[in-house]
Amino acid sequence: MHTYNGDKFFVVDGHVHFWDASPANWVSGQEQYAKGWIECFHAYMGLGPEQTHWPIEKFQKYSEEDFVKDVFEDGHVDAAIFQSTYLKEWYTDGFNTLEKNAELAEKYPDRLIANGRWDPREGDAGMRQLEADAERYGLKGVKLYTAEWYQGSRGWSLKDPESQRFLDKCQELGIKNIHVHKGPTIWPLDKDSFDVRDVDFAATNNPELNFIVEHVGLPRIEDFCFMATQEPNVYAGLAVVIGGLMHARPRFFAKVMGELLFWVGEDKMLFASDYAIWEPKWQVEGFVDWDFPDDVEFSDYPRLGVEGKKKILGLNAAKLYGIDVPEELRLPGEEPASREDARLASDST
Amino acid sequence: MSLRARVLDALAEVHDPELDEPITSLRFVTSCEVTPGGDVEIVLRLPTPQCAPNFAYLMAADARDAVGRLPEVREVTVRLEDHFTGEEINGALARGGGFADAFPGETSGDLDALRDLFRRKALVVRESRLCEAMLADGATPEQVAAWRVSDLPLGPDARRCLELRGELGIPHDGGSPAFVLPSGEPVAADELRRWLLTARLVRTSLEVNGGICRSLLKIREEAAR
Repeated sequence: MHTYNGDKFFVVDGHVHFWDASPANWVSGQEQYAKGWIECFHAYMGLGPEQTHWPIEKFQKYSEEDFVKDVFEDGHVDAAIFQSTYLKEWYTDGFNTLEKNAELAEKYPDRLIANGRWDPREGDAGMRQLEADAERYGLKGVKLYTAEWYQGSRGWSLKDPESQRFLDKCQELGIKNIHVHKGPTIWPLDKDSFDVRDVDFAATNNPELNFIVEHVGLPRIEDFCFMATQEPNVYAGLAVVIGGLMHARPRFFAKVMGELLFWVGEDKMLFASDYAIWEPKWQVEGFVDWDFPDDVEFSDYPRLGVEGKKKILGLNAAKLYGIDVPEELRLPGEEPASREDARLASDST
Repeated sequence: MSLRARVLDALAEVHDPELDEPITSLRFVTSCEVTPGGDVEIVLRLPTPQCAPNFAYLMAADARDAVGRLPEVREVTVRLEDHFTGEEINGALARGGGFADAFPGETSGDLDALRDLFRRKALVVRESRLCEAMLADGATPEQVAAWRVSDLPLGPDARRCLELRGELGIPHDGGSPAFVLPSGEPVAADELRRWLLTARLVRTSLEVNGGICRSLLKIREEAAR
């Protein structure tokens, strides 16, 4: 929770990691890729304020104490969502897997949510794994990588019939939140992995599910915005937008915010720090204090007030994930998620 | 003008296909050696070692071709440094091969469709800048929609627009419409506002992308020092 000018902001961080990219976890023979990957992330940290930069050794592997301090104690974050990234071809135990994230989440059950994954190309075995994960971890969301290379297959699409089977299963298991990574990928090399048309298709056909496009499709926000503006159940995940631009390129940040507010709207934007690429503290504080530059170039964009910032920082995600928000932190007239659910249950009886 | 200066001029005509900016002003060219006999060696470095291999390949191959077209140049070597697929791309470039040759079995074809898509985006961005300037000068949407290519103010944006239209096969003679949709159809007066709104978004996307690239390259340069 963050207090500013007497306003109180409930903070849900929609995209955090607890990774191990230390040399001990590098796959033998793949060291250059494992090293290159984490160094690339580390360069992105350089886009944040200098006093928040870490040495590469700490960045490769940070402790549970670091996580708790940076995210919960200093970072104002009330609840955070883990998005898993496997990369097992480079990291022996994976980069940050569901299993590892869940270990930490189990210690902080009220504050950490671990999201799972699926891949339609894994067929029935993948389906059984999803069921097992859902049962074991109580999944509410998954993170999908449509551009991933798999046994000679060059990625997959949410339009594939097999994908619909998995989406049906998500529906059945109560996994409502489908996070889709549309952004830089490693393999396959020639494909435009940013194509969001399959999200458009799946969102139309699965109106009860929520589709969160991570990194708002950066660097292709235009394709994302043109799609999201037509789909009520498509959301913008702001990881990288705030961390990568707000400090390093404030005028570009203002333009991106302006476009997102215009095309997507403040009800469908979700704060995310992408920790440990960037710490949440400066992002939350900076965002609450942010406004458009006083310049005619920005005058056409919709304004963002305190209420909109409350939604983006936490209330929108709290709704999607059924996180209970203390009454004093809700917007006036808003019902808590749990009471809404209770009403739905009673409606159906 | 020295051969090296002409080689650098040729490189200034090579655009990052995704950002539509010259690779020289993006500071991607880190070295350019020219021997008295006309052999040229160019080194490119991108903002991160993980930059997309497809765009990396296009820039390196375009640089090779642009320099190779200079009559006095004997042999061109383009090398991509500090890139996670540098070895593969450099090998293919040295052999004179294409993208599929760099990554046998890992690509399904050439990169023409990708390049085409980004040319159309670049065209929208450049045209909208020209169009907004005209509107700011007091032109009405009807006037703007009636403008021909020969009415465009001379300058880098107009020049690049015509170049892109040529590459895309969209007519660009003096009598053709000044402003066209990505499909090549003329922009009508009543759809001008909508077109400008979408163009502003594409422009923001390209500018932001370019901004992130520049920031990351600066971080990389500082780390190397």
